[in-house]
Amino acid sequence: MRSLARLINVFLSLSLFFGLVLGSLGLLGELKAARSDDSPVDPPMVTTGEASTAEGAITEVVSNPESPMESPMESPTELSPAVLESLASSKVADRDVAIQALGRDDSDLAGVLLEGLLKGRLYLDRPSGALYLGETSNLALTWPNNGPLKPANPRKVAVNNRQRETIESLLGTRSLRDPDPKVRRAVSRALIGAPLTNSSLIQEFLSQETDAETKDNLKIILALGTLKDPNQNPAAKLTAINDLSGLYAPAATDDLKALAQGSDPSLATAAAQALRRLEAKAQHLALAETIFFGLSLGSVLVLIAIGLAITFGVMGVINMAHGEMAMLGAYTVWGLQTLWPQSPGLALIMALPAAFLVSGLVGGAIEMTIIRPLYQRPLETLLATFGLSLILQQAVRKGVSSMNVAVVTPAFMSGQWRLTANLSVTQGRVLIFFFCLLVFALVYLVLRKTRLGLEIRAVTQNRGMARALGVPSRRVDTLTFALGSGVAGVSGVALSQLTNVGPNLGQDYIVDSFMVVVFGGVGNLWGTLVGGLIIGLANKFLEPINGAMLAKITIMVGVILFIQRNPLGLFPQRGRVASF
Amino acid sequence: MRVIDRSFGIFTLAMAIPTFTIIGGSWGSDPLVSPFTVGLLGKYLCYAILALSIDLVWGYMGVLSLGHGAFFALGGYAFGMYLMRQIGGQGVYGDAVLPDFMVFIGWETLPWHWRGSEMFPVALGLVILAPGALALIFGWTAFRSRVSGVYFSIMSQALTYALMLAFYLNNLGFGGNNGFTDFKTILGVDVRSTFMVAALFGVSALLLWLAVLAARFLVASRLGLAMVAIRDNEERARFAGYKVENVKVAVFTFSAILAGLGGALYAPQAGIINPSVFAPVFSIEMVVCVALGGRGTMYGAILGAFLVSFAKSRLSTAAPDLWPFFLGALFILVTIFGQGGVLRWLKSLVGLFKSSRSSGAKGGYDPA
Repeated sequence: MRSLARLINVFLSLSLFFGLVLGSLGLLGELKAARSDDSPVDPPMVTTGEASTAEGAITEVVSNPESPMESPMESPTELSPAVLESLASSKVADRDVAIQALGRDDSDLAGVLLEGLLKGRLYLDRPSGALYLGETSNLALTWPNNGPLKPANPRKVAVNNRQRETIESLLGTRSLRDPDPKVRRAVSRALIGAPLTNSSLIQEFLSQETDAETKDNLKIILALGTLKDPNQNPAAKLTAINDLSGLYAPAATDDLKALAQGSDPSLATAAAQALRRLEAKAQHLALAETIFFGLSLGSVLVLIAIGLAITFGVMGVINMAHGEMAMLGAYTVWGLQTLWPQSPGLALIMALPAAFLVSGLVGGAIEMTIIRPLYQRPLETLLATFGLSLILQQAVRKGVSSMNVAVVTPAFMSGQWRLTANLSVTQGRVLIFFFCLLVFALVYLVLRKTRLGLEIRAVTQNRGMARALGVPSRRVDTLTFALGSGVAGVSGVALSQLTNVGPNLGQDYIVDSFMVVVFGGVGNLWGTLVGGLIIGLANKFLEPINGAMLAKITIMVGVILFIQRNPLGLFPQRGRVASF
Repeated sequence: MRVIDRSFGIFTLAMAIPTFTIIGGSWGSDPLVSPFTVGLLGKYLCYAILALSIDLVWGYMGVLSLGHGAFFALGGYAFGMYLMRQIGGQGVYGDAVLPDFMVFIGWETLPWHWRGSEMFPVALGLVILAPGALALIFGWTAFRSRVSGVYFSIMSQALTYALMLAFYLNNLGFGGNNGFTDFKTILGVDVRSTFMVAALFGVSALLLWLAVLAARFLVASRLGLAMVAIRDNEERARFAGYKVENVKVAVFTFSAILAGLGGALYAPQAGIINPSVFAPVFSIEMVVCVALGGRGTMYGAILGAFLVSFAKSRLSTAAPDLWPFFLGALFILVTIFGQGGVLRWLKSLVGLFKSSRSSGAKGGYDPA
């Protein structure tokens, strides 16, 4: 048992170290992001290309013809008259040929024309053969440069639904030329589900592509195209299945299933094998996701419980208003963001010290007025602080609003981080996880390495002796409680990024955080950390089985039963201090 | 302590006179007391029973349960099942067997745990059994492993919180969010009839009186002495040879059954029972009632329950925004300044008039 505890300790110290490094890196990133947030032009909620979803990226590219293909006028291109002729033809098949030709054409003009076709803004002037973009009333000459400025008899070039689909896919394929690898990644990801229109073009991109993920996506696109194509021979399909083997392509599931039940035996076995690999990979990904969300939930629980571990674990004071201290922290974020609406990111960073101060001061005041007369009566402290929590909640309801307030999530908190090709995580959750470790380390250092920490531990262990040695026990009490409350306020800042900020914010977490502290072992900071992470992980592992509510109930009952067997928690304190 | 002394006599009179007056006054075509008021007072009596059960474990045994509302609610739900089955075909969906909410969520047969709930004796048995069994299991596991003090409080709070979450689930078969409501009859008599309202009120008053009597018997017995010994110094009681765990489990279970009975009477009088009764806030509110009235006195708990309930119904209609401030301030002031509660102030007031007889520390609880 001891060696196990030591092992966990070593593991935690290591993760703590890495956490600190990464956390400080994250903080640097935050600061940088905050600075760039200051430009008032940038609306805070608009996320960067990476943050927006694949679909978002592709529509952005499509709907904005200026940016990827700059000034079409200046690049005179040789658009063959044959293409134009077929475009002007009344036959659908001819127009198909023209569209494919435009798709093969690299020029910006071809892109503009396709775009115009898709939106029904492309007009052809019959007698002159010139092309125009815009509305009937206001047409701009697009090609050729020396065409008549006013069309004599403009007619809209019509496309049917199938062609529209083809154009969309072609336009998407064109954006694969974008110099920004992020755009190429997003586009290639979005193209996976779409029908393959031009495999040779994709092949060409694949040979030139440098970005690993885009390459993988392109390979998947090609293989999927082959699998879906009824004209391809079994050998080609077999190659496609083999191409897929190293990649994760859930989109291929249906095609593989069909092939696995098909008539060709070698193809069927290969497909079945690929399916199995796919499922195994999906399971691994699901596991990784569960662990990530579990750690994320755990870090939130730990953040709130650290403050409680100080006030309850170290001082033995039951502060039912602890959740409200976190709520005050969350409202500090809101307050600062309301003060500086143009830079919500900076406001969030500034809210960290501000919330620590606000909650710390309120906590100190609470200790001096309400807690101090009740030190010998822990049960009464519980009732008094509960009353206080009712008052604080109602004060916020009356003073601010009984509704939730809107707290802005800055870009650096809402972005996605791609860990592997198929696993991406919310930046904010990762940052909060490391922030939790950072706060934990700071609190640990304060308690272990500072004068105040020494005095706190002295007063906890033997108040009389500490006082006899000149420790101002009353001041230490106030400072300890203020420290615990301040840390709760800081946790509220983190919470404001994950949940709704409202008067009930604290109430929702108070029972949970008490469970974490008791489960981990009262008076043991490490216990709080491990306990919180275990509860978070267990919650997320149970959720898929029976739903979130039942998972929570199961955890609750599990902790109750655990405490019945081990009343002192995971890491019980030993020795004289333990008897309380 | 004598079981029947002057204080119990005063209490009996203080219970009997208003009770008979109210029951008598609720009759006739133009009653002195409206059925609504009778129902409201009946609800207060149920709160008083719950407060008394809390006082028994907290005031006399030093075990602060923040989850007694769970036992109250379980009793309410157990009797509520009977009430739901009595609706029968009169429900909105008109199903003779299934309660409305089951039809609503698409169930076709009665789940196993609802079997026999249409029989009154079974319902009564369940009212005692459900909270009793839960308290027995929870108390036995907790006290045996010496979970005490604030740990027990937090555990009991987690218990009621977990139950609240569970009862919010539709699949549990207890009506989810809405709980049970729209009751029609008890033993064939309309719940809203003057007779039934008065009868429920009378039964509640009788139960409260009997509960005080039983609690006084308990406290005066050898078991009661052991309870107080545990409260004052658990370690010493254990070293003196008392089976602390057994005493605690027995009294805790008795107290839970009492709370359950209160809840069973509460459901028909309130006309609804839903998961909000499981909310930790409700339980803590009842604990504050006990603290306000003066714990370890029994009468204090009852007085506190009435005072808080009355203030709540008055203030929460007159100034709903102020009620949480008032309640919160009450929590703080009572715990910091209100040692001994209202009852002690009353006593010292009485003591002013006959200063010769009151001689200081006699009975009552002096918090350590």
